[in-house]
Amino acid sequence: MTETKKGWKDLPIGGNILEAGNSQHYFTGTWRTYKPITDLDKCINCLQCWMFCPDNSIVIKDGKMDGQDYDHCKGCGVCAAICPVKAIDMIKEEK
Amino acid sequence: MALTLKDLINKQIPLNGGHRMCGGCPVPVIVKQVLMSTDHPKIIGNATGCLEVATTIYPYTAWNHPWIHNAFENVAATVSGIEAAHNALSRIGEVPEHNKDAKFIAFAGDGGTYDIGLQSLSGALERGHNMLYVCYDNEGYMNTGIQRSSATPIGANTTTTPIGSESYGKTQSRKDLLSIVAAHHIPYAASTSPHNWMDAMKKSKKAIETQGPTFLLYFAPCIPGWKIPSDVWKKLSETAVKTCFWPLIEFEDGKWSLTGESKLIAEGKMPKIPVEEFLKSQGRFKHLFTDKNKHVIEIIQKDVDKSWNYYKGLAGY
Repeated sequence: MTETKKGWKDLPIGGNILEAGNSQHYFTGTWRTYKPITDLDKCINCLQCWMFCPDNSIVIKDGKMDGQDYDHCKGCGVCAAICPVKAIDMIKEEK
Repeated sequence: MALTLKDLINKQIPLNGGHRMCGGCPVPVIVKQVLMSTDHPKIIGNATGCLEVATTIYPYTAWNHPWIHNAFENVAATVSGIEAAHNALSRIGEVPEHNKDAKFIAFAGDGGTYDIGLQSLSGALERGHNMLYVCYDNEGYMNTGIQRSSATPIGANTTTTPIGSESYGKTQSRKDLLSIVAAHHIPYAASTSPHNWMDAMKKSKKAIETQGPTFLLYFAPCIPGWKIPSDVWKKLSETAVKTCFWPLIEFEDGKWSLTGESKLIAEGKMPKIPVEEFLKSQGRFKHLFTDKNKHVIEIIQKDVDKSWNYYKGLAGY
């Protein structure tokens, strides 16, 4: 995560950020205390978790829910709290 | 375009992950609901606030739309200027065809709307710019350390209205911003809550597609400010609507109406629950549940009922 910072000669003019949405390269997954684990057999693909995840960390594959993106998931537990079939468990993160 | 989750998941998300909003903050969800409700190209302005600060920490930005921040008080003026410039450039043929129907959206918190940005908002509404102003109302200056704003409800414990032997928190009621905005006779204004995403996205779509200035007031629970766990905001916003603390209101072409749960409550199809249910799960109201401060809950209930009856009356119930 820590990288050498660019000097003024390498930065774009005006300090502009040229790539849209480049926060993807910043991993907020390190904030997590609890980790969501999804039981995909229980999941009914209602996609409510996709709508209510504040960090866009619900992975969608072929139109279906396919677990969480642990690089960005902050472990807030919203997906587990709203899941209508209780398919998501919050497990204490182990380093 | 139909607003179904099956369609929405295939679209590009407006705000990428990796932003540094608090874990469990509903504001990124609000941004997603507003911006994904239509397919227009959009230009976003952001007032100073949590959303602006935490999504654009240099050298990163979470936004997938053109985005500008100017100052705390002038997001409405900034976005109305962009809209006017877009029109001027369109007239001389400088805007490419695919951007002709671009939409202009301002995001601001309650500090940047109720207090600091009120005059620039009023000016933009009066000038009739074709823009949408979205206020996410977390009822205080949460980003700077939980100070009271004019959106903070009675009885809330904040750092500038601290509780103590002589104080039960804020003593004044909230400012009724929706009525102030509607008094500009704009074509569309509404209040909504992110838990009812269908209601919120329908209102966003209507607001974006309506010609002229439009306004959306969003309920936005704040995890550190309201002292709540990070996973309860959906349930909490639902309770706020069911207690009529936060009614879902629509103001369209001079006519008021209620939507979602609020409509069902007004029609007697859903029970209206006491405001205590909303207060008891939040740390900022914890002090009200002692013998000394019990009477404040009655004051809050009266305040909520007064505002609810007012809007119910406007909607013709």
